Amino acid sequence: MSSMNMVQALNSAMDVMLTRDPNVLVFGEDVGYFGGVFRCTAGLQAKHGRQRVFDAPIAEGGIVATAVGMGAYGLRPVVEIQFADYILPAFDQLVSEASRLRYRSAGEFWAPITVRSPCGGGIHGGQTHSQSPESIFTHISGLKTVMPSTPYDAKGLLIAAIEDNDPVIFLEPKRLYNGPFDGHHDRPLQPWASHPAGEVPDDYYRIELGKASIVRPGKACTVLTYGTMVHVCLAAVEESGIDAEVIDLRSLFPIDVETITASVARTGRCVIAHEASRTSGFGAELGQLVQEHCFHSLEAPIRRVTGWDTPYPHALEWKYFPGPKRVVHALKSVMEN
Amino acid sequence: MNAESPLAVSPAPLELHVPEPAARPGDAPDFSHLHIPPAGIVPRPATDAPESSMRELPYQLIRVLDGQGKAVGPWNPKLSAERLRHGLRTMLRTRAFDERMVRLQRTGKTSFYIKSTGEEAIGVAQAFALNRDDMCFTSYRQQGLLFARDWPMVDLICQIFNNRKDRLKGRQLPVLYSAREAGYYSLSGNVGSRFPHAVGWAMASAYKRDTRIASAWIGDGTSAEGDFHYALTFASVYHAPVILNVVNNQWAISTPQAIAGGNEATFASRALGFGLPGLRVDGNDFLAVYAATEWAAERARRNLGATLIELYTYRAAAHSTSDDPSKYRPEGEANAWPLGDPVERLKQHLIGLGEWSEERHAAVIAEAEEEVRAAVKEAESHGTLHSGDDDLESLFEDVFETMPQHLRDQLDELRSIG
Repeated sequence: MSSMNMVQALNSAMDVMLTRDPNVLVFGEDVGYFGGVFRCTAGLQAKHGRQRVFDAPIAEGGIVATAVGMGAYGLRPVVEIQFADYILPAFDQLVSEASRLRYRSAGEFWAPITVRSPCGGGIHGGQTHSQSPESIFTHISGLKTVMPSTPYDAKGLLIAAIEDNDPVIFLEPKRLYNGPFDGHHDRPLQPWASHPAGEVPDDYYRIELGKASIVRPGKACTVLTYGTMVHVCLAAVEESGIDAEVIDLRSLFPIDVETITASVARTGRCVIAHEASRTSGFGAELGQLVQEHCFHSLEAPIRRVTGWDTPYPHALEWKYFPGPKRVVHALKSVMEN
Repeated sequence: MNAESPLAVSPAPLELHVPEPAARPGDAPDFSHLHIPPAGIVPRPATDAPESSMRELPYQLIRVLDGQGKAVGPWNPKLSAERLRHGLRTMLRTRAFDERMVRLQRTGKTSFYIKSTGEEAIGVAQAFALNRDDMCFTSYRQQGLLFARDWPMVDLICQIFNNRKDRLKGRQLPVLYSAREAGYYSLSGNVGSRFPHAVGWAMASAYKRDTRIASAWIGDGTSAEGDFHYALTFASVYHAPVILNVVNNQWAISTPQAIAGGNEATFASRALGFGLPGLRVDGNDFLAVYAATEWAAERARRNLGATLIELYTYRAAAHSTSDDPSKYRPEGEANAWPLGDPVERLKQHLIGLGEWSEERHAAVIAEAEEEVRAAVKEAESHGTLHSGDDDLESLFEDVFETMPQHLRDQLDELRSIG
């Protein structure tokens, strides 16, 4: 075991997989010699060689497209899209190619690729370095979409994603790279070193895709969330004094319907929180799942806490970000009914 | 010949090629592989000459200022001493502005900044060669264009501070300006995506039988994006009156230009496959940059279509205030750049002409620094990034032309909950 922040845990996952499997290779913008703008691939080129960890041209569509071609050959490429905001030039390759190659060739070809990308705000990145695009990928049949919230989960999930034979979108909440940010931007950030999930095994381990984690058991209400908002919700639950159960989904597709519905059936109340904007966000899918499976257990309308339906602003970043205050308000309002 | 194989001898196994730059941290800077031809030797075709007559140009390097600072050869634009002094002053104002903004970022008054150090001739000389109302679709390193068009420094600093007077309402990262009145198109943090907009704007100008042209800038790194190829294709097909510039400053954050394909062919040569003229220009030579742009602008204005210009330069500063180039390129590489510094070269030229002196140069630097200092002071009186004058409504405006009900509801939610 070592104390790792999320960057080091992701680096360790790639290092382990590059060591175990000669078919794994890592590429993307600035990921080679430099080791990535967030340092997630630091040292990997020096250790594994320039043919296995290398810089790519600034062409996200090209990065994903060539990864699909490599996957079709039999490799397991792990590509980095420098910011999730930059992934859209690759959208056609993900939607029309990676996600459907297996289906349209009736299993002759498939694309076992992993697309890593930092997402989310809170770093004063403005509208092109802050977005959370998960729901545009969960809408696509044939793609898996994962978002860890701790170093321990990040490593285990990334290894499972790399070993998966289907394409996986692996979104990394960049505000969590250095510590479990709880939304209180005016307070000092606690480092991962002081958090139990900052203790990470040095060797290989997997966390299966599609398994949620109950990060705080509770009886009064269920909070469904993922990514940065896991820590925001944990802080909000403590501040609210409400005994809420907080579920970190970890994997948005496949989704752990069982854990979600068992919890809501117990608590009868549900708050859904994500940083992405509201309309057609993943919260809409979660709300409907809960409604379909738990209608008769529900004692109050389901509440959503989300970013606003606007681009992510620069100066008013913290007015956009769905911080603990808004989560507390939602918790109280579901308890009122 | 073996009937089953087209090769008589089996070749060695294939090997994946991944290019590397000549030097990395710890090495001495090494530009020995660059071929820098002397100034003045590249012929200047007539602006209405057919593209088929100028297919060597993308592999040459248009240079006007020689090693002694003399202007030589057919590309010498023969600018008046007054224009040259104005150009030098504008580059010095740009440089003074950049230096000061980085210091302000270090003190936390803003979150981010991007300098154009070493590349000032590009924004400034190109603005000089265009008409004031030609539309410019820049990247984030042609701020010199705004100074050349006399856009107020205070306005730019208000954007950088995201303060009460920021016309962009605090929505954008610093330097992602928009200044429609200055013919300066809205910038985005996603690179390359405006390059084809310039072509569309130019097509619209032709459609409306206007006389204005467009100009666009993209980095060597970003030329790998699909947007670059869309722009060239549409510009070629529709003879769009546009100048498409690739600023080859050798580095895309940590990635050398070889990763964008620069070792295999020049960026100017991308023009060849589209039947467009491709000019490769010493980007640190104010006169060469001016002359090439003027040539391309005249061609576009005569309805002869687009030109691709590669501006060959070096990114002397970090990519941005978030970057540390000592991690990936050798120390002193900017000083070793064989094409020198654009400010120093134009200064030397003017001194050689007897039109400038060290004293006047020092005085202009002092004036520029004072101008920036005064502009910062005025901008600061309208607030800085964290001064907390939050106009909550502005967060929801401009998503649509009129604010839909759900955004009004969300604004109310923000006001009541926080």
